[in-house]
Amino acid sequence: MAPADRAAVLALWRKLGTNVGIYTTEALERTFVAFPSSKTYFLHLNLSPGSAQVAAHGQKVADALSLAVNHLDDLPGTLSYLRELHTHKLRVDPVFFKLLCHCLLVTLARHYPGDFSPNMHASLVKFLNHVISALAPSSG
Amino acid sequence: MSILLTHPCPSPTPGGGPLPLTNSLILLGEGRTLGQEMRNKRPHSEEAAQTCFWPIRITSKLPDTMVHFTTEEKAAVASLWAKVNVEVVGGESLARLLIVYPWTQRFFDSFGNLYSESAIMGNPKVKAHGRKVLNSFGNAIEHMDDLKGTFADLSELHCDKLHVDPENFRLLGNMILIVLATHFSKEFTPQMQASWQKLTNAVANALAHKYH
Repeated sequence: MAPADRAAVLALWRKLGTNVGIYTTEALERTFVAFPSSKTYFLHLNLSPGSAQVAAHGQKVADALSLAVNHLDDLPGTLSYLRELHTHKLRVDPVFFKLLCHCLLVTLARHYPGDFSPNMHASLVKFLNHVISALAPSSG
Repeated sequence: MSILLTHPCPSPTPGGGPLPLTNSLILLGEGRTLGQEMRNKRPHSEEAAQTCFWPIRITSKLPDTMVHFTTEEKAAVASLWAKVNVEVVGGESLARLLIVYPWTQRFFDSFGNLYSESAIMGNPKVKAHGRKVLNSFGNAIEHMDDLKGTFADLSELHCDKLHVDPENFRLLGNMILIVLATHFSKEFTPQMQASWQKLTNAVANALAHKYH
């Protein structure tokens, strides 16, 4: 990632602080509502609005993204255990990651409209695309 | 539309495990799966389950090719559309497409200065074309039951003359959603997003319909 994109993503992440989990949880909820077939990966959870189980998973996603933000130089290495899990054990269609990332962008745009300039938007898309490639290398 | 399935009962699985189709995730529409239908309609007694054939009539619709919008979805879309400034949202959506997905600039060579975020956001031709694109969404909202017919001419134009890959229509649809989210954070609930998502996906499909 180019220095300007890295700086933008890092700055936004600092601003989000400990609230990343709130936004990733909202992103998951939005994905389930807008793309109902995505619920197929979570049939073992209570998916009703406000579910603590969804919030717990949202926090896991947040922690992984925060880890990624701090290891932009080696995303494939940093996320290798998640790649194994999602590819071979959970067998997640990479399209699902794109849907979740889109809903995360909608969520962040909604909560931080003043920060969500087109350039910030572009930097986030690049970051999330790198994360998706690291999680699902065959998706490209 | 209804389909009649006859599912032969196999000899009981060791430990009485579920029959394979009851685990099916085949989607029937309205978020219901074949597996759920089979679990709901399975014979209640073991004796009944032992009969050779187990007829199940599934009376729900299979997804058809025409997108169906519920009354609630149409109302949600219309309520937000009434508040949209077409020039602002249209211009910004197109500008974001050009900035976030730079290859899309190739379709707008005649638009002049597209060299920076501020140039694109301030470009009058981008704003004008964005307004045109969003006006066609307004047309879509008035004809939500016949999007393929409504966009037939535009589909031919984008295929034969403009050579735009249909994936770009989905990307522009997503830009519109993100711009709506920045302008209407309170109204843009998950349900509102889902209704607009369905609309933008359907418009993208309608635009891609005439491709050959």
